Amino acid sequence: MSRSQEFLHGCRDILPLVLGAIPFGIIFGTLSIAVGLSFWQTLGMSALVFAGSAQFIAVTLISGGVGAAVVLLTTFVVNLRHALYSAALQPFVRHLSGRWRAPLAFLLTDEAFAVVQQRYAREDASPHKHWFFLGAALTMFVNWQLSTLVGVLFGQAVPDVASWGLDFAMIATFIGIAVPMMTTRPQVASAVCAGIVALLTWELPYKLGLIAAALAGIVVGVWLEQRAEAAARARGEL
Amino acid sequence: MNTWLLIFGMLAITFLTRYAFFAWPNLRFPRLVEQGLHYVPVAVLTAIVVPGMLLPEGEWALHWRNAYLLAGVLAIAIAVLTRNLLATIAGGLLCFFLLRWAFGQLTL
Repeated sequence: MSRSQEFLHGCRDILPLVLGAIPFGIIFGTLSIAVGLSFWQTLGMSALVFAGSAQFIAVTLISGGVGAAVVLLTTFVVNLRHALYSAALQPFVRHLSGRWRAPLAFLLTDEAFAVVQQRYAREDASPHKHWFFLGAALTMFVNWQLSTLVGVLFGQAVPDVASWGLDFAMIATFIGIAVPMMTTRPQVASAVCAGIVALLTWELPYKLGLIAAALAGIVVGVWLEQRAEAAARARGEL
Repeated sequence: MNTWLLIFGMLAITFLTRYAFFAWPNLRFPRLVEQGLHYVPVAVLTAIVVPGMLLPEGEWALHWRNAYLLAGVLAIAIAVLTRNLLATIAGGLLCFFLLRWAFGQLTL
């Protein structure tokens, strides 16, 4: 496929996830203004940080009057998963120049990761898969700015929009990404374990429970996969 | 001005976590790490979703008037049956708002 075809396919494939991000962006814009950030600060945060869950938690924390250090530490913990996404995609982008890698990293969201990882998993030898990455990630970015803007402009006009529970859009999106990935038994076990640990550790400060849960899920998944491999090897040898 | 400093701090932290591994293209991972990376999305996303369904307001909500829990379970069912993202998100959101409306939890 040509560069522009890859780019357009990226834009197309991320559309369902864009739909899920719209309510989330609107509620972020609304909340951010409600807790006292200005018009430009709200749009600036969406344009510069571009991390929905971290932004959401940040404005919640700001409204609670906590210090900057806590906001930054929480941002770090909540976004640590992106380092793992970056590690997972690194083998596919290592041949690109820094001029490509830096913007692609800036645009690397959960949603972009989900569709881009599927694209790289397809066997075809297209040399332009990074154009797919760019198309998908950029579509997400533009949509995030627009939905933030809608929240900023119209959020205050709708009374109690913050109490509607638009944050459920993020839950539905993450379910839509994660469930189809659970194709093997270790994947399912990894998810179950991560879910249980997340519940057991949810009282930990700075969202540290999220990291504990993710690590627990990863360890269980790898352990079960290796056990299955060992069992297969033993059968082969017998 | 303080808020702008905070935003730039968040920018730096977020970008560095995303760029962490792209920055060293020659880095190769041991097999164990590569295996572990396959479990990242499922483990992380589940760790966000499950408390979001069971503790939507930061407190346990194990009752049938919890629309986050019911609609979340329905969204999981849709995802399992259809493996379709759009159906999961749109169906999940539709269920969620119908339930909130039915429970009188929507202030319109």
